[in-house]
Amino acid sequence: MKKSMICCLASVLVWSGAAWAGEYPADPLDSPMWDYRANEILGDAEVVFDDAVQVIVPQLAENQHVFPVTVDASALPDVKRIVIFADLNPIPVAIDYRPINARAFVATRIKLDQRTPVRAAVQTGDGRWHVSGVWVDAAGGGCSAPPVSRVKGDWAQHLGEMRGAAWPDHDDTRIRVSFRHPMDTGLVENISAYNIDTLSVTAADGTKLAEMSVFGAVAEDPVFTMIVKDAGEAPIAVSARDTAGLEFDGSVSRRAGVDLLAQAR
Amino acid sequence: MTISRRALLAAAASLPVAVAGHGLAATALAQQFATGYHPRAESIADGIWMVRGADEAIAMTNGGAIANSAFIATDEGTILFDPGPSREYALALTALAEEVTGKPVTRVYVSHLHPDHALGAAGFAPELLHALPETRRELVDEGEGFADGMYRILADWMKGTALVLPNGDVKPGDVTYGGRKLRLLALQGHSGGDLALLDHATGTLIAGDLVFNNRAPATPHADIAAWQKSLTELAAVPHNILLPGHGPLDTGGLNTGGLDTGGLDTGGQDAIAQTADWLGWLDGALHDAVAQGLDMAEAGNIAIPGRFAGVKLARYELQRSVSHFYPALEAELLPRL
Repeated sequence: MKKSMICCLASVLVWSGAAWAGEYPADPLDSPMWDYRANEILGDAEVVFDDAVQVIVPQLAENQHVFPVTVDASALPDVKRIVIFADLNPIPVAIDYRPINARAFVATRIKLDQRTPVRAAVQTGDGRWHVSGVWVDAAGGGCSAPPVSRVKGDWAQHLGEMRGAAWPDHDDTRIRVSFRHPMDTGLVENISAYNIDTLSVTAADGTKLAEMSVFGAVAEDPVFTMIVKDAGEAPIAVSARDTAGLEFDGSVSRRAGVDLLAQAR
Repeated sequence: MTISRRALLAAAASLPVAVAGHGLAATALAQQFATGYHPRAESIADGIWMVRGADEAIAMTNGGAIANSAFIATDEGTILFDPGPSREYALALTALAEEVTGKPVTRVYVSHLHPDHALGAAGFAPELLHALPETRRELVDEGEGFADGMYRILADWMKGTALVLPNGDVKPGDVTYGGRKLRLLALQGHSGGDLALLDHATGTLIAGDLVFNNRAPATPHADIAAWQKSLTELAAVPHNILLPGHGPLDTGGLNTGGLDTGGLDTGGQDAIAQTADWLGWLDGALHDAVAQGLDMAEAGNIAIPGRFAGVKLARYELQRSVSHFYPALEAELLPRL
């Protein structure tokens, strides 16, 4: 309880820019934190609840430390941002994704600190937020238990190790990239917050494809799936930076994905 | 931590109005409070009864009573195979066993560590409880966590249920108890220690959670290769009927192993084959999902083959299995950058 309150204060400081217009549409999920989170995260832009935003999650949170969330908003035109957040998490926002030259699609895994709405807020070029989400039941403590690698003690040996590949996906390229990183929330005794905080994806010719702000609510050893508008065979660069300033760089290519597909039955 | 969470639940339970204030589902929880267990015993062989669990996920509506249990009548008393999810359920089983067999429960086998089978140990004196050594070790590590999880989901159904550890003294081989000859099989794969039991006189094979029947296998501690090996061993054990850990009694299918079975190989093979089929499909499908670049949520939504159409909780257990296996498969299959 004490930890949650401290974290709420922290998140107010981070997201203090917007003034609350005071009028958001009634929440179909009837969340006790809807108005508060809407003000904090979406500010005074227009907000609509919109089923065109698909939030794809499993029917249960088998593991509250690693809860998969896929957002597909490709039915909406001119998507500028996709924010994944959980109302009742002490760190509500998991990622803030900007699909610059990419499809309005992103998947990752988040921590859940208790039963909570899990939502995607998708901002289109006209400034409007399109929001969708579901209640997810979860055991407590997803944000306040130490990561597995902290318990095992091997996090530093593997820090920043990247894996990934790219696959042809219709006319675009699907990329998946994982990082070994503890993604410490700062809510565990004697372990300060330490997480990857930015991610960028760049084509071989230097074109920026996508950018993401990443928060401590993303699960340990984070994995990101994106679909970028680059159908070429050249490697696509992925780089990330964490809150200690360490940088992790790698590149994914379609060759690796095609090799993997060849192994599938 | 443990105590505070349970204390919190107890407080919530005594204040249903406060709980209901947080949304529709919470209101439903408050209204579906425990009404008591009513297990029923069904005779499946001479001196053996099964008690069927609900073919569902652990939920407020079933009190966690989702696993099958069995009574075996002997001259010395009743053997109970798997005491269920809670103390209250174990007490209901005790009364039921005495009613149908005429003898009190004098020995309890706990097949493996999972809470729907093991936490009912709280209803018995510790000296009656027996399990494989590995099961006891796993319960030492994980039992308290399971109890927390069960209290969260089941609240009042779990009242009085503390973790009681069985003796880890079961060794594989034939034993005679109260005039009844039993074979104890020490296997693994569903968990680190999976106990199965064969009653020689009737050819009844009580398989614990190594075998699921028309209910999708659960994999939170599974080692699929070891599990498949154990299923091969079970298939080779001459038997007539098989009581799975979940799902209906299996009387179908022939033992085609060509073994000298003493006339006992008339049935009880279908559920073994179905469990092996599901695990083989699951393993391949999850590998393929990683190879195709799917994320976890997408992998949980892949098509389930039509031959599993009659398998209950198939989607639910697939999605649980994605959670259990996917990160390790990605670490194995995705190339280093």
